[in-house]
Amino acid sequence: METATAPRHRSAATTPETGRIQARFAALKAEGRGGLVTYVMAGDPDREASQAILNGLPAAGADIIELGMPFSDPMADGPTIQAAGQRALKAGQTLRGTLEMLARFRETDTDTPVVLMGYYNPIHSWGVDRFAADAAAAGADGVIIVDLPPEEAPELTGPLNAHGLHLIMLAAPTTDAARMPAVLAHAGGFLYYVSITGITGTRSADETQVAEAVARLRARTDLPVAVGFGIRTPEQAAAMARAGDAAVVGSALVDRIAKGEDALAYVAALAEGVRTARA
Amino acid sequence: MTKALNTFRAGADENGHFGIFGGRYVAETLMPLILEVDEAYQAARADPAFQAELDGYLKHYVGRPSPLYFARRLTEHLGGAKIYFKREDLNHTGAHKVNSCMGQILLARRMGKTRIIAETGAGQHGVATATVCALFGLKCVIYMGQTDIERQAPNVFRMKLLGAEVKSVTSGSATLKDAMNDAMRDWVANVDDTYYLIGTVAGPHPYPTMVRDFQSVIGDETRAQILEQEGRLPDSLVACIGGGSNAMGMFHPFLDDPTIRIVGVEAAGDGIDTPRHAASMTGGRPGVLHGNRTYLLQTEDGQITEAHSISAGLDYPGVGPEHAWLKDTGRVEYVPITDAEAMTAFQETTRLEGIIPALESAHAVAQAMKMAPDLPKDHLMVLSMSGRGDKDVNTVARELGVEMGGSL
Repeated sequence: METATAPRHRSAATTPETGRIQARFAALKAEGRGGLVTYVMAGDPDREASQAILNGLPAAGADIIELGMPFSDPMADGPTIQAAGQRALKAGQTLRGTLEMLARFRETDTDTPVVLMGYYNPIHSWGVDRFAADAAAAGADGVIIVDLPPEEAPELTGPLNAHGLHLIMLAAPTTDAARMPAVLAHAGGFLYYVSITGITGTRSADETQVAEAVARLRARTDLPVAVGFGIRTPEQAAAMARAGDAAVVGSALVDRIAKGEDALAYVAALAEGVRTARA
Repeated sequence: MTKALNTFRAGADENGHFGIFGGRYVAETLMPLILEVDEAYQAARADPAFQAELDGYLKHYVGRPSPLYFARRLTEHLGGAKIYFKREDLNHTGAHKVNSCMGQILLARRMGKTRIIAETGAGQHGVATATVCALFGLKCVIYMGQTDIERQAPNVFRMKLLGAEVKSVTSGSATLKDAMNDAMRDWVANVDDTYYLIGTVAGPHPYPTMVRDFQSVIGDETRAQILEQEGRLPDSLVACIGGGSNAMGMFHPFLDDPTIRIVGVEAAGDGIDTPRHAASMTGGRPGVLHGNRTYLLQTEDGQITEAHSISAGLDYPGVGPEHAWLKDTGRVEYVPITDAEAMTAFQETTRLEGIIPALESAHAVAQAMKMAPDLPKDHLMVLSMSGRGDKDVNTVARELGVEMGGSL
């Protein structure tokens, strides 16, 4: 039950290596605006084109980057991200390749937080300790594992935190007050609020409902809240960045990459929308 | 590890783990639903009225108990162990799948759910699900890979006749694993009214335990029947494994009888040394897919690979987590049988016993044919005849290279 006296969660790991996420949200707060989080699939449509897009994201206005790790069976994703993963895998993308892309990105950008996002099996296969070490060495700040709920998270949080990486947890509309302490027990970096019950890139959420949900989360944690799923337009991005601390755009961006459109110009338009939306 | 256990029948623990296997690896959006299913199932299991209702339907609708039949001619032909068939092929809808569907549909009704979704490979689970949905007037949506829809056309039509909507899955490899992905995507988008009726002992907890419990009627009946017919317990059990629900149901009541040799049969397709097989325990390694940690067919990079078997019902790159645990503890042996071996067993069973086995079950028969000749005549072997093979006659004709209207 929600009560005024409910214990507030504070982010656990704040080592120097993991400071990029906190620094970025602090800067956004100082600027008085919400942030733009952009998702791209590593290796989509191929390694070289993907690297160019990744490297161009900060200048186009992305505040935080989610770098997708392709998986053969992406159960929480809609058709757009599914297809992106298939394209990347077909083009030969591997987990090693994704970490190499991140390391190359870090040669030119040391400030933009990068969060690796994907499913558990490739990491399980790589080995969790080895993955945590290699992801940290490549320059990651955090990890989002879609199919790792708090019940199963301990096997990954230990290794990640030991290497200064955050496990970014997901909260959904179905996550009730009783579950929040379990979610927050493992959460670091920021909280990812899944704004709809559904898969990525499908329907869009209502701003008022999202704002209410974010308020409930804020009553429990000091972590910044990024809102995602179904955000397609600069207006929606602005609204969701206003409702939370940042808006996540994935499928709509990936869709433009698939169509060979100017993805970075689209990111610039989203960034413009988010920057003009004052909290 | 084996020595430390007093029982092989205690699992899973409260978080759904069988040793390192099992668990609940699903998106946060689904977690509250999974917990709700678990809570509802625990309550139902403790309610005698639920069991009484289920028993009534199993008896009068499914046709249980299924016979335990002494396969005299097959036994004489092989010249060794005395072979019994547990006749799940005689159940309504023609396979063991209905046992779990009946249990789960009663649970879904208790939970107030009005829409049922399920995945299917060969179509047997889809047909069984569509059947129980028709029985209770519930909306039914079946996810089926486009590849499977093409090779199992009669079952697709049966589902439609029963009132189900069959959704074609074209993502990924367009087979069973992709159908399961799409069913989970549906569930995450329809959390309020929908119950996901999983067809095997896999998926997030509590499904592996719940489906095993509902399927354990197979082993429980077998135990009583063999005691009545032979006055003692069997010496060996044999069953085929895709996800592993018929095997789990047969094996579980006997796991703590240490003298019984228990053998699970995986589909080896073209052979375990080729890329075309479905033997996740013999040829795979542990990983996480579809809500549980278990043995999986996967690449070095952790991508799930496509399974292959002549039997669509065994054509899955994973296996139930309790089987994975029973393999690692050594309590159950898991062995591979190829398409060719299963085809031979299919024909022998048909000609010697007048029973057309499902191609899935023919894998178990093929293993029995390997084991039986070297065993003494007083060795009692029980084989799970998990389904009937009428659905497979097109596949078999194609494999034999004959026209349906031609002569053999």
